[in-house]
Amino acid sequence: MKEPNKQIGAGMNRVDGRLKVTGAATYSAEYQLPGMSYGVLVGSTIAKGRIKSIDTRAAERAPGVLAVISHVNSPKVPGFVPTGKDPSQPQTVGGRLKVFNDDKVRFNDQPIAVVVADTLERARFAARLVKAQYDQEKHETSMEVGVKQGFVPTQAKKNPKSGVADYVRGTADAYKTGAVKLESEYVIPTEVHHPMELQSITAHWEAPDRLTLYDKTQGTLATRRDFAKEWGLPEENVKVIATFVGGAFGNALHSWPHESAAIIAARIVNRPVKLVLTREQMTTMVGYRPHTWQKIGMSATRDGKITAITHEATGQTSSYEEFTESTVQQTRMMYTAPNVNTRYRIAALDVSTPIWMRGPGEATGAFALESAMDEMAHLLNIDPMEFRLRNYTDKDPEKNLPWSSKFLKECYQAGAERIGWNKRQLKPGSLRDGEWLIGYGMGVGTFGAHRGSSKANVRLLPNGTVLLQSAVTDIGPGTGTAMTQIAADTLGLSPDKIRFEWGNSQFAQAPTQGGSAIVNTVGPAVQEACLALKEKLRTMAGASNGAFAAAKTQDVVFADGYLTLNGNPTARATYADLLRQTDNGFVTVESKPDGEHNKNYSMYSYSVHFAEVRVNPLTGEVRVSKLVSCADAGTIVNEKTAGNQMKGGAVGGIGMALMEAAVIDDRFGRYVTKDLAEYHVPVHADAPAVDVFFVNQPDPHVNALGTKGIGEIAIIGVAPAIANAVFNATGKRIRELPITPDKLI
Amino acid sequence: MNQFNYIRPSKQQAAIDAVAKDGNAKFIAGGTNLVDLMKRGVMAPQKLVDINRLPLTKIERQGNALRIGALALNSTVADDRQVRERQPLLVQAINAGASAQLRNMATTGGNMLQRTRCPYFYDTAMPCNKREPGTGCGALEGINRMHAIFGFSDKCIAVHPSDMSVALVALDATVLVSGPKGDRRIPFTDLHRLPGDAPEKDTTLEPGELITAVDVPDGPFTKHVSYYKVRERASYAFALVSAAAALDLDGTTIKSARLAFGSVAHKPWRLTAAEQMLVGKPATEETFRQAAAVAMQGAKAFKHNEYKLKLAPNTLIQALKTAAAA
Ligand SMILES: Cc1cc2nc3c(=O)[nH]c(=O)nc-3n(C[C@H](O)[C@H](O)[C@H](O)COP(=O)(O)OP(=O)(O)OC[C@H]3O[C@@H](n4cnc5c(N)ncnc54)[C@H](O)[C@@H]3O)c2cc1C
Repeated sequence: MKEPNKQIGAGMNRVDGRLKVTGAATYSAEYQLPGMSYGVLVGSTIAKGRIKSIDTRAAERAPGVLAVISHVNSPKVPGFVPTGKDPSQPQTVGGRLKVFNDDKVRFNDQPIAVVVADTLERARFAARLVKAQYDQEKHETSMEVGVKQGFVPTQAKKNPKSGVADYVRGTADAYKTGAVKLESEYVIPTEVHHPMELQSITAHWEAPDRLTLYDKTQGTLATRRDFAKEWGLPEENVKVIATFVGGAFGNALHSWPHESAAIIAARIVNRPVKLVLTREQMTTMVGYRPHTWQKIGMSATRDGKITAITHEATGQTSSYEEFTESTVQQTRMMYTAPNVNTRYRIAALDVSTPIWMRGPGEATGAFALESAMDEMAHLLNIDPMEFRLRNYTDKDPEKNLPWSSKFLKECYQAGAERIGWNKRQLKPGSLRDGEWLIGYGMGVGTFGAHRGSSKANVRLLPNGTVLLQSAVTDIGPGTGTAMTQIAADTLGLSPDKIRFEWGNSQFAQAPTQGGSAIVNTVGPAVQEACLALKEKLRTMAGASNGAFAAAKTQDVVFADGYLTLNGNPTARATYADLLRQTDNGFVTVESKPDGEHNKNYSMYSYSVHFAEVRVNPLTGEVRVSKLVSCADAGTIVNEKTAGNQMKGGAVGGIGMALMEAAVIDDRFGRYVTKDLAEYHVPVHADAPAVDVFFVNQPDPHVNALGTKGIGEIAIIGVAPAIANAVFNATGKRIRELPITPDKLI
Repeated sequence: MNQFNYIRPSKQQAAIDAVAKDGNAKFIAGGTNLVDLMKRGVMAPQKLVDINRLPLTKIERQGNALRIGALALNSTVADDRQVRERQPLLVQAINAGASAQLRNMATTGGNMLQRTRCPYFYDTAMPCNKREPGTGCGALEGINRMHAIFGFSDKCIAVHPSDMSVALVALDATVLVSGPKGDRRIPFTDLHRLPGDAPEKDTTLEPGELITAVDVPDGPFTKHVSYYKVRERASYAFALVSAAAALDLDGTTIKSARLAFGSVAHKPWRLTAAEQMLVGKPATEETFRQAAAVAMQGAKAFKHNEYKLKLAPNTLIQALKTAAAA
């Protein structure tokens, strides 16, 4: 609900909406630089071994070709020192692939050469002419084998308190002796982010020690740090621009071989190099949600109190980098169970490295936990929502702390009403509409309400507008819009007087966009910077005007061309005068999370998703006919963009539940689902109008805005809601995603 | 993509000659399949003969048939009043294929001649006898979830992906071709071939033969029809299995029927035995189940497509139920 003169909460239109729909927004592949050249990657055709020889002669002779670079002639990249621990990647032991650094092949379609030409078409043509011979070694890409070889991640060995280390509360595996018990295995296949925008970069060496990257990245500063390090440059010599990002869902959270390759290529040809991955390369070169096996053991009393949960998970990683995620985290804190233990393992296969994909591990874990909750409710013959309520916890049983805020019950209630949960029958297969079976299911999601530290720059311009700058990216959630709203409210200015610029590593420090933490983190920095600006201007005005000197910060009012005071409209200091005084209507602040709050409270966002599905019993087709997503995400800064996040996440959840799967032919270690005709994501016809509900209650502890984060919880819990609804419709429990027709007939 | 020459003749004979004389030339119509394959390196014609200037876009009555020009767009055919009135099954099948954007480009001739979507065919780093004879069939012991259960050989187990063709084969259509040796008519069932020992050949067309039109004979199948396509999402995906069913009913008795499966074989799969079995029977689920059992005779599955042995008959039953209720 919009309060008068308040932007926060209002469904303000995106500040960049017009640019996007008119095509005026420039994405990384759209920058045109003088002398531009084009790089096309050649991928390996084996999964493991060595490149015996690589024949680049035909490609080099092809028209327009400027260079063909492989391990044979690639320059020494200073940062490609022997593999060791990479301190810049705290969760990732091992290291990023050092492209063209040696003759080793570590996964199928690994970049083994880059062809650079004066046009894209010529580069693509020449890339086909590169032929490699290999000494092939036996590879392993099968998760069936991987699961048997899972190991404890290095990070967990080093730090037993790490989220991926084994955890025990009460007695481990106590479910085995419970009154009512279940033990179920769940599998999710590899899923690929496939944002609409292909991964792309333009690398430009402006001088031998100055590099500019127009790059698709979620973190301009992380990218800057990685490539400054790779080339032994001071960070300030590397500039990263990512103003518009056409979706990423996590696959631009890491630095990838194609980026290194473009930088190497630009160095060799001494021209800017643009490199855009093909859709097929999006499967193999920029991460994916790892194939994951899970097991849940659960026991409960007959009256529906959970006595124990054991959650085990093994996720796929590459042979050269340890990728981990929080697959088992929510099992530790979601329900009251006195005995809970988790075991998380990873399995190294001859594949490229995975990367967090929306809702990351939690979305995977929720499929197991929330399916098991449904299974247990069924065993107990209790309504699944009632079962969850009986095991609701008013404090965090893992950390033994109170919640900073928790309005999960409100979500249950609102969602149940909206979906018509009372129509749900306990007995599966009870409801029909003509030939189609109908079922209802629910799934809960949670994600840490993370807040990091961030800076923000703010400057008053002589024309009375305020310019804010932040290195943060906006990968689609509407970060620029939210920050504009926050600044507008803090300054008491209308949004059109505010310009928020983002996506440039030269702007004020901000974290990588991910983990639902941006509004939580950058929001307060913007707020504090705006307050600091007000205070600074008040002090400046106070030097010559007693009224300002005596006033308080909150009394300062921005009027048309001058500063004035609330309740004292005769007090005036024109912007021109103020700025002439010192030319310093400029403020930088650094905003940090409050350590006390973090110590004393456990902070999470929550979502509950309710699905109504229709299943054709003859053909096994599943249609999601209704989807209700309810969220406790603290203060909602923008109803429109927040709602858009929830809807997008829900649609992603439909994909996860019903169709998304990247499949490898293990004989070749090669994907057979590399384009969008084979890797299915939902189309409009798969998505009902998603009904979104926000509790919209501020969290008093995360930050002064009261926000908790939305992007991840939007998808976490959707897949099990749909799987549970399918069970309710058919009596068939599908524990391996996706739920394709063949599994239901 | 390879470099290639491109010509756009306005005379049919010139187009035919250009392809007949040059083993590396290909016709191009909408280009929605051929260009994709060229970009992936699967096909590398050295000459493209663009036929879009030829006057082959008409849809008209010709005796007791509708004659649909080879260059009539999929969307035009599906929206055509005569086609909608006389051949609703064809309309349903066309609209079940691809997306609105693609149907606006795709032509009647090109649709029939689109190539398999087998992933081994599409990936030049994998074996495929259809793409590169003698390299082996990648799918035979690979991920063969989408593959054939009828009419395959040990050289190839790919399926034909066209939806439109499933309706055309059911409706006894005839393909009109013009080639270096003159004109001929090919019954639709004979247009596509089984892979046998030469899976590189999809059809019985001779080099340089141009499809000019397809004739769809009038029939009684104007009401009780259904093209039922099961896929992994609600729209815009190739079929796991599809079934075309057209019934001529006298009250609840079946006077005649036309049936075909899609995505089960190297060609659209006409089900004549099941059709005959239906004649004179009541249009009930029980009858449909019996027909489906007949339709499945001789089916055999591979490691990942076992489900088709159940999904195919079920889809046929669903199509028949939907057709009967229409
Ligand atoms: C993403 C995607 C999804 C799709 N989904 C479906 C689907 O669900 N169902 C479905 O049925 N199809 C689907 N298709 C395929 C689509 O229907 C075909 O690409 C289209 O029908 C081909 O027609 P065209 O005119 O573009 O053919 P072109 O690409 O121009 O030609 C295809 C072939 O036919 C030859 N040819 C064309 N016209 C003639 C002629 N008159 N005489 C002789 N030879 C000729 C060409 O030489 C070429 O070999 C899909 C395609 C895409 C790209």
